[in-house]
Amino acid sequence: MNVSNPSMVQSARMTISDVLAITKRNLIRFKRTPEILIFSSIQPVMFLLLFNYVFGGAIGVATPGTSYINFLLPGIMAQTALFSTLQTPIALVDDLDKGAIDRFRSLPMSRGAVLAGRTFADSLRSLFIVVLMFVIGTLLGFRYQAGGGKMILALLLLVSFSYAFSWLTATLGLFIRNAEAVQTAGFLFVFPLTFASSVFVPVVTMPGWLQVFARNQPVTQLVNAMRALMIGGVAIDAVYITIAWTIGILVVFVPLAIWKFKRTV
Amino acid sequence: MKNTSEVAVEVKNIKKYYGEVKALDGVSLRVDKGKIYGLLGPNGAGKTTVVRTLATLIEPDSGEVTIGGLDVVEHSTQVRRMIGLAGQFAAVDDYLTGRETLMMVARLYHVPKKEAKKRADELLRRLSLQDAADRPAKTYSGGMRRRLDLGASLVGKPEILFLDEPTTGLDPRTRQELWGLIRELVAEGRTLLLTTQYLEEADALCDYISIIDRGKVVKSGTASQLKSSLGRDVVELQVKDEDHENALKVVRTLTKSKPTVDEVTKSISIRASKGAEMLIKLVNALDKAKIKPTDLAVHRPSLDDVFLAVTGKKPKRVATKKKKGKK
Repeated sequence: MNVSNPSMVQSARMTISDVLAITKRNLIRFKRTPEILIFSSIQPVMFLLLFNYVFGGAIGVATPGTSYINFLLPGIMAQTALFSTLQTPIALVDDLDKGAIDRFRSLPMSRGAVLAGRTFADSLRSLFIVVLMFVIGTLLGFRYQAGGGKMILALLLLVSFSYAFSWLTATLGLFIRNAEAVQTAGFLFVFPLTFASSVFVPVVTMPGWLQVFARNQPVTQLVNAMRALMIGGVAIDAVYITIAWTIGILVVFVPLAIWKFKRTV
Repeated sequence: MKNTSEVAVEVKNIKKYYGEVKALDGVSLRVDKGKIYGLLGPNGAGKTTVVRTLATLIEPDSGEVTIGGLDVVEHSTQVRRMIGLAGQFAAVDDYLTGRETLMMVARLYHVPKKEAKKRADELLRRLSLQDAADRPAKTYSGGMRRRLDLGASLVGKPEILFLDEPTTGLDPRTRQELWGLIRELVAEGRTLLLTTQYLEEADALCDYISIIDRGKVVKSGTASQLKSSLGRDVVELQVKDEDHENALKVVRTLTKSKPTVDEVTKSISIRASKGAEMLIKLVNALDKAKIKPTDLAVHRPSLDDVFLAVTGKKPKRVATKKKKGKK
């Protein structure tokens, strides 16, 4: 990038160290605001309980060959991780407004590190919440049937997809640059993506035109893959498609977010 | 300006427009190494935009900025290694402790961990924050936050510091403390550019001052140059509102130089080479016109008067006991 810049290896090392420093800063902030972590954990747990006990009886009829909690848990874990990506742009806009990002920008650090550190920390938080949900789901009667290795693969798939997705929401935040507006805008597409999917109900119960969307959108693929990995079934296609979506989202939104970030005042 | 010293920052005719708004409309300035340069101006004058441009946060639409001889747009990374920025809103992280903040910034300057620790300790001691070092900044007072913010700008050992309104909103004692610290930093060989709305601050700290208004530098010089540019004395007259127009007419018969009127207080300032004589003439003329002044005074021009003369506004006052025309 410029004349006296260090070697590739050195600059890669510096970038990693920048990302770690920013991630650490964001994790400290989570630690010092336990109330946020507590409530953002309670909310998905409440969803899990509500769906299982309120809708479970009715929807359970339509879930072939397994109890509703077994069907629901992989889906609701995905929904939780996706909803939590809406926190990313809110925190980003807050940092922009409070001047924290001005400070970062006046430092000789990597430009992308602010965003990478943000998305990393947010993904770690969402991993924590998702694991918590898994534990509670197990208490509610969920039994994984496909072995621990596949279970971990399902978690990895989920966390990397939602990591990629948080770059998308971060981009949205940088373009909209207002915390409330970005949250509302985020719901506009996170809601259809999670509800018009196989998260809560089998896609076959939907009207035909909606099935076309529901079958082919990434959240369904992610949830199908997780479900197959957690409770058994054929996973391989859905896993590849989910990985493809993850890479695709990263390829588009990482450069776009960094481009916009550099131009955001 | 002297030509003997080295130039730390050079700004040539920079412009920055936001649509119709001319945030910067051709600003030029030169900061000599080891000096304190003050940008003085009312709110919205463009001071912050200048600082943000110098600190590589925004790029000017046109014009050129070099820091330590390097163009800030082309060599932004190297420039960032030379500069430190302390912003107007004290970009201090509420949830991080003072030590964590300094450590983080040091790491982002790529200072090795051990050295980062040492620098954080030194700075905390120097800024009298050692007792609060391990408390989240949320618990800090306004003055402590400013000190921590300043500390963060010093971690990378920059040669050049930009302070955007470093004392705005602080009480007089805290302000004095910060002034002391700023003087120390420059005595150690750093170069400093600060913005302020306070004349006392510019007068007390700055070697060279530019008054900036509506995106333009309207007057520059040392504090004493600026004061003497106004002529020797200032006679200030205050009358009841209903007499204001007549009083202005009377004043105009007495002097060729244009009197200035403060937008808010409506006080009329008349520049005169001999203030006492002007005062007598003014008293006689007012008496003849049957206008009773509510206040009348002669004083040496202060930076207040310069500011008023060039911007038409009174600057913000620092809440101290110091009276106008102190010198």
